[in-house]
Amino acid sequence: MSNQINPQIVAAAELHATLASLKAEGYDFLEVLTGVDWGEEGLGVVYSLTKTATGEMTHVKSVCADKENPYLDSVCDLWAVAGIYEREAYDFYGIKFLNNPDCRRVFLREDWIGYPFRKDYDESQNPEFFLESEPISDKAVCFTLNEDGKVKKTETPIFGENDYVVNIGPQHPSTHGVLHFRTSLEGETVTKIDAHMGYIHRGIEKLSEGYTYPQCLGLTDRMDYLGAMQTRHALCMCVEQAMGIEVSERVQVIRTIMDELQRIDSHILFFSCLAQDLGATTAFLYGFRDREEILKIFEKTCGGRLILNYNMIGGVAHDLHPDFVKDVHRLIDEVIPHGLKEYHEIFTGNVIFQTRAKGVGVLSKDDVISYGCTGGTGRAAGWHCDLRKLRPYAAYDRVKFNEITFENGDSLDRYMVRLKEIEESCDIIRQLIDNIPEGPIQEKMKPIIKVPEGTYYSAVEGSRGILGVYLESKGDKTPYRLHYRSTGLPLVNVMDKACRGHLLADLITIGGTIDYIIPDVDR
Amino acid sequence: MGVKKNIIGYTPAINNIPHEEFKDNATLEKLIEELNEGGVNVVVAPLDRLINLGRSHSMWPLTFATSCCGIEFMAVAAARYDMARFGFEITRNSPRQADVILVNGTITTKMAPVLKRLYDQMADPKYVIAIGGCAISGGPFTKSYHVVKGVDKILPVDVYCPGCPPRPESFLYAMMQLQRKVRVEHFFGRVNKHQKDPYAEQMSKLNKELLNMQEKA
Repeated sequence: MSNQINPQIVAAAELHATLASLKAEGYDFLEVLTGVDWGEEGLGVVYSLTKTATGEMTHVKSVCADKENPYLDSVCDLWAVAGIYEREAYDFYGIKFLNNPDCRRVFLREDWIGYPFRKDYDESQNPEFFLESEPISDKAVCFTLNEDGKVKKTETPIFGENDYVVNIGPQHPSTHGVLHFRTSLEGETVTKIDAHMGYIHRGIEKLSEGYTYPQCLGLTDRMDYLGAMQTRHALCMCVEQAMGIEVSERVQVIRTIMDELQRIDSHILFFSCLAQDLGATTAFLYGFRDREEILKIFEKTCGGRLILNYNMIGGVAHDLHPDFVKDVHRLIDEVIPHGLKEYHEIFTGNVIFQTRAKGVGVLSKDDVISYGCTGGTGRAAGWHCDLRKLRPYAAYDRVKFNEITFENGDSLDRYMVRLKEIEESCDIIRQLIDNIPEGPIQEKMKPIIKVPEGTYYSAVEGSRGILGVYLESKGDKTPYRLHYRSTGLPLVNVMDKACRGHLLADLITIGGTIDYIIPDVDR
Repeated sequence: MGVKKNIIGYTPAINNIPHEEFKDNATLEKLIEELNEGGVNVVVAPLDRLINLGRSHSMWPLTFATSCCGIEFMAVAAARYDMARFGFEITRNSPRQADVILVNGTITTKMAPVLKRLYDQMADPKYVIAIGGCAISGGPFTKSYHVVKGVDKILPVDVYCPGCPPRPESFLYAMMQLQRKVRVEHFFGRVNKHQKDPYAEQMSKLNKELLNMQEKA
């Protein structure tokens, strides 16, 4: 099965109309938007669209030849998530998106010079680090096209003149990392959130362009560290499918089990942190107690606790530890069921939690599709977005499990989705663990891995949503462009929508249940 | 001798002891011995040692984490590794209440001023532990355009703890190294930290401006 994609090339002038007609055809989910610098050809964007009903994908590419002043039409009126994706492309490539109401930089400082993902970017333009505080503008930037064909820049204030704005972050224990919310309040009610990201932007995608494929693998674990297995799985799968390598059945099954263990790990940490944020310290300790059991299993086989470095291109790094099957049985038959029972007793049924979560931060099904919120957040609103069902990969086609969905889309549902998914993950592992097929754990690979020229896209179901890898290769030993569909970026983007009209204290509940990981957002 | 041999019925009045007597260690040790024999619990040691004992066993870390190491830090704080055993009782969310900042994770160009301000906001005595490869040197992201290559370019670091991320045991080891460092400090008579007042320059500038304005008026 090849994962090569051949994006349909659309002229910049017809871009908006083409995408609108595709949306009308049923491609109602903008999965990922990738900015690319094609050198001589110019800068451009690849839109990857998905039919939510069938999981079918199509890709559209648009190029702007003028590198000095590149611009494209914005599609944020079709998909809400496009707004933040376009800001990202503007930040990295300097492509101006006309009629996007808020086309500011998103990751880099506002006084940053140049666009770092362009191939001709000069690093010496900016100091190594700044010690003076970042200037934060109160005005949103909007680019429009004048009648004479020139791009006009208009600035509109983000907050009203009399708004009371409170800064939450970048150093705040409940933002799950370094995230900065500028929150305007009416009394105690949130009226608008302006999220600032990039405090942990390490430029992983740009770094990867200078690294060989096996070196790139090392950076994947450090993006979403609670989905280390899955992120690495996604990149390995993308490179393997691009090169036409079939990994053995044994590797497929091992990868599936590891992904599910990682999912359990992530969901338990989600539970612990949510409980901690809402003031339930005992629940936090319970969660961490059970999480250590999973880490022990990882440690025996992979050698690492958090950063696992296990998947490799063409297989996995080590064979399973002799105790693996026994340990996993103990985990899924004793530790997790016992733990879950306790979580429900101590936290789920707690009246304080119920009151703080029920009906708080409601996102409808249309909202989550438009905002691209996959994973538990999407499924809590009733959107069947589980890639393990939609586009099965690894060994997911041979196991039976339920896709957990809820209807209300509030914080309680988002919480319940994850706890139920722990049970489903245990079920998947139970079906696989006793008959792991024999076979090689690593295919024979050439010492230098080169991916044939082309564009490729693969995705896995990460702990908190669809984790896609867009890979463009020129046939070298390094990728020409490597882009990850961050699971968290749309989730941070939806915070404004979810929190409006709720109390400031609810922001913590909503942020906790939406469950984003900042290093995965910023990359 | 200003001290009576028979301690029963003696009411200590420290003014009665001439100043020179304090330098007479042999007499003092003898006195302590006699006191201990009489069932009185007395220990004589420099006050520094008492202060350091207390200070090194109640170091409260700031809840500060930017990436992966932060999750391991949570594991260190949780039940299995439990850093409270060593006196890192609880984490504090405000830098004003924290004694030590563990720089967990990568510090980027955008985060550097924030971290600097957090450090400046902490009350003296304050300590810094650089956790993980990223905080020490930039780690796997040294080549990046947006990463500070080592947190020691911004803050004075007391202990470096390598790893990516370090194991919880390494965290504990690093924190105990810091305790050792604290225990040899001198509270009296010497300055432990040589940090310049970050606002001194700015303040003197402002003062001069104010004086100029007054003169003009």
